[in-house]
Amino acid sequence: MGLVITIQSRPTLVQFGAESWLPGMVAVSMIREIAPVITALIFAGKVGSGIGAELASMKVTEQIDAMEVSGINPFKYLVVTRILAATITLPMLSIIADAISLYGSYIGVNLKNDVSLRLFFLQAFQSLSFSDLLPSLLKTFFFGFSVGLIGCYKGYNCKKGTEGVGIAANSSVVLGSLAIFIIDMIAVQMTSLLSY
Amino acid sequence: METSIVKIEHLNKSFGNNIVLADMNLVVNKSENLVVLGKSGSGKSVLIKCLVGLLKPDAGKIILLGQDITVLNDDELNLLRKRVGFLFQSAALYDSMTVRENLEFPLRGEKTLSKEEIDALVIEALRNVGLEDAINKMPSELSGGMRKRVGLARTLILKPEIILYDEPTTGLDPITAKEISHLILEIQKKYNAASIIITHDVECARITANRMIIIKDGKTHIEGTFRELSEDKDEWIHSFFQ
Ligand SMILES: Nc1ncnc2c1ncn2[C@@H]1O[C@H](COP(=O)(O)OP(=O)(O)O)[C@@H](O)[C@H]1O
Ligand SMILES: [Mg+2]
Repeated sequence: MGLVITIQSRPTLVQFGAESWLPGMVAVSMIREIAPVITALIFAGKVGSGIGAELASMKVTEQIDAMEVSGINPFKYLVVTRILAATITLPMLSIIADAISLYGSYIGVNLKNDVSLRLFFLQAFQSLSFSDLLPSLLKTFFFGFSVGLIGCYKGYNCKKGTEGVGIAANSSVVLGSLAIFIIDMIAVQMTSLLSY
Repeated sequence: METSIVKIEHLNKSFGNNIVLADMNLVVNKSENLVVLGKSGSGKSVLIKCLVGLLKPDAGKIILLGQDITVLNDDELNLLRKRVGFLFQSAALYDSMTVRENLEFPLRGEKTLSKEEIDALVIEALRNVGLEDAINKMPSELSGGMRKRVGLARTLILKPEIILYDEPTTGLDPITAKEISHLILEIQKKYNAASIIITHDVECARITANRMIIIKDGKTHIEGTFRELSEDKDEWIHSFFQ
């Protein structure tokens, strides 16, 4: 992504004679928005559907009922752990995605210009501030939480029968992705409110 | 001293306008095997799910081990459930756990047990269903009959006072089905527990029943011993025994 955006933004910036802004601009858009959101969407597709399908198949095969009648609260055992895991994992993944995308953008810059890795990161971090990083990291917690929550809800309340499993997995992804966009929108409003 | 383990009075349950149970009455006595016979979809599973609080009855009274389950809160209900065994139709083994972990699962929260005591309980339960060798297998490696046995062992580990069997022999070949039926009898003796056995397998009923009822239209249609019911002249009742 970093690479592609770098290559695509170059011509426009060159028109304005602002080619040297390239690292900074890409870094800001990647870290603020693109890396966390894309990571979250992939996460919703993979982990959200996984949670939805797993819990749904446990529901359909009466495994959840079996936990309940053995006097163990399946909600605590199955749901809380999964939501917690999703909430913690996604921010870590998105930090890795940040790093990779910045490196990709470095390669993109170097396709035409010759910039050292040091200079590139200096420029990138100069245009980034703490207030870019923190909100973007914070919102990935919420992304992870909602992907986990929706997957669990859809799986736990799935309809009887094997087709219920498919529906649960599918709607986990769709609703999860939707939630990511909505949270993203709210996050943007909040950060812009807070920074004035 | 009350001798009935379960007493269900005027139980009603419907889903939307599908009336499943209507004025159902039933009593299970101490260490008795009660077989519940009924056509597919007659509400047999719904009946025992109401009994353990998996489904909420619309009306009626359910006295389980001396407690009215409709008025219990979640903690009290969970405590009571530990005294009840439930063998699901599909056995409902936890796919992601080995047989050993499946059996250990109901013991979570029993903090007074040491590792050795838990191991001993697991092995005892598996031995009682004749499956000690399978302890480290995954559920997916087991045959249908073995899954039922493991499911039963998982239920037995808490030494229940009453065991509910939901179609224990359905989906098994006749020989395995017979083995499971005899196992139910053995368990009754070993654990001195009462049972409700839901089935439409007449052979299973013949082997296990001390007393049986047949469900029709959401209520107990007739009650008696296997002999009495199998010699009944009524054509509808007779059709079960062919
Ligand atoms: N959770 C549920 N929601 C809606 N309907 C249900 C539910 N469980 C059972 N039913 C309905 O109750 C009826 C009896 O089901 P069941 O008790 O499973 O029959 P069986 O006697 O074969 O075990 C069926 O018509 C079924 O559709
Ligand atoms: Mg059933």
